[in-house]
Amino acid sequence: MTVYADNAATTQMSQTALDTIIPLLRETYGNASSIHSTGQEALKILDTARSKVAAALNAEPREIYFTSGGTESDNWAINSAAELGAKQGKKHLISSAIEHHAVLHTLNKLKKNGFEVTLLPVTNEGFVTPESLKAAIRDDTALVTIMQANNEVGTIQPIKELAAIAHERKVPFHTDAVQAVAHIPVDVKALDVDMLSLSGHKFHGPKGVGALYVRKSQKLTPFMEGGAQERSRRAGTENVPGIASMAAALEHSVNNLDANIKAVSALRDKLIAGLPGKLPKVILNGAKDGNLRLPGNVNVCFEGIEGESLLLLLDMAGIRGSSGSACTSGSLDPSHVLLALGLPHGTAHGSLRLSLGEFNTDAEIDYILEQVPPIVERLRAMSPIWEKISKS
Amino acid sequence: MAAYNERVMDHFRNPRNVGVIEDANGVGEVGNAKCGDIMKMYLKIENDVLTDVKFSTFGCGAAVATSSMATELIKGKSINDALKLTNKAVVEALEGLPPVKIHCSVLAEQAVKTAVADYYTRRGLTPPPEAIVEESDEEEFIANDE
Ligand SMILES: Cc1ncc(COP(=O)(O)O)c(C=O)c1O
Repeated sequence: MTVYADNAATTQMSQTALDTIIPLLRETYGNASSIHSTGQEALKILDTARSKVAAALNAEPREIYFTSGGTESDNWAINSAAELGAKQGKKHLISSAIEHHAVLHTLNKLKKNGFEVTLLPVTNEGFVTPESLKAAIRDDTALVTIMQANNEVGTIQPIKELAAIAHERKVPFHTDAVQAVAHIPVDVKALDVDMLSLSGHKFHGPKGVGALYVRKSQKLTPFMEGGAQERSRRAGTENVPGIASMAAALEHSVNNLDANIKAVSALRDKLIAGLPGKLPKVILNGAKDGNLRLPGNVNVCFEGIEGESLLLLLDMAGIRGSSGSACTSGSLDPSHVLLALGLPHGTAHGSLRLSLGEFNTDAEIDYILEQVPPIVERLRAMSPIWEKISKS
Repeated sequence: MAAYNERVMDHFRNPRNVGVIEDANGVGEVGNAKCGDIMKMYLKIENDVLTDVKFSTFGCGAAVATSSMATELIKGKSINDALKLTNKAVVEALEGLPPVKIHCSVLAEQAVKTAVADYYTRRGLTPPPEAIVEESDEEEFIANDE
């Protein structure tokens, strides 16, 4: 059996998304900026896609800017706010310790260019507290950017509350909602955010397509210079088939949101409840309250073992997951998210993330629950530190 | 995650000489949980020959494979020959490792040396200089592309 349980990394395209993109790639090849009918046809498709994405977020079409994905949307939102802030002498940025690298590395670069960055700590379940934001915010804060849901541990932040704190001090608020959109309700008006990033491939759309929502009263500096596309702020001929396919996938997910949340969180809860099985020393990472955790996120640490070995053995058993161990992050340290939650290095190396989606089945969960324990036991049996840990 | 060749995967899937030697007369442990790799090497030495070798490892696929290969390369050898084991020889025997995983082969070499040094120390002897592992050795091999 093959079980794809890495939906937070990327998803398989849905039938809706495929049915949309394939004929468009073949037939709707016009440049949306061309005046002739072939171009206008493409423009119509682009406009429809923009309306669909806007509707899914409760935004207006002119507040949607298409991008190449979550990374670009994050880079753009942050750099724009930093540039605008700097013009008014505001060079302080606030974010959290558990953001995606698309946010953290952008902030790091700004730091090298003279900005001051405050990364708010999180609780051991991964929550940013409103109190910490209140304490960090200053007169010269140019932006607060906090992710709506974390990609590793699935914690859902109190965005509405955090945005309100920023607005009290007239500071714009951006949220990286890449993991949230199409998985939990995302309403830009209800959340009252100024900018929001999303990415198509996280909800069964194509890779390399995303969007940035920017409230119409929020200023936005151009991301790329060139043609007049995207209200002259993001030049370059639009990827019309990709954008339309993403919009179709988003519309489909949002239309089925309640049912999907119910089905996927049932799979998640079964997996969380069953994973420790008879295994001792298994820790659930992230929010304990299922309503504050992404419906598809399962993240656990098996003490005494290392994540990459676990992933390799799981892969051999047909199970595709991911880990926050150093070996999988390509660095010496395990995931910054797990460390920010307060896990010791040794424990964080033994993390396993299984991220589920609408395509997973109950039989697949049974299969995972049957396969994982013997693999963990096998690795623990050859681990020089397990004996000590098991006795503690 | 690294992409490993077939030989590495074979040693990862079916590691040779895994386990503990209860009456080992040389034991060496290197690495730490912080960086995610710990190797423990058990030696049974009789008449200057490594008659039995076993290991246990906490670490990635390459850590397991390099430990396994190192035990194969030294089992049945004299102390002198075992001390000639280099991380390069381990990598070559495995037909290559991804660059970020070279430090695992260094750990394997160090585990062997540390175990041999322990054999000398237990008998009240000074270990030969070839068995001395310098603390900093490991660090410079660690790739960090974050
Ligand atoms: C929270 C979060 N932000 C940003 C990104 C980057 O998105 P993309 O891969 O579309 O650039 C991802 C996914 O990798 C993510 O999970």
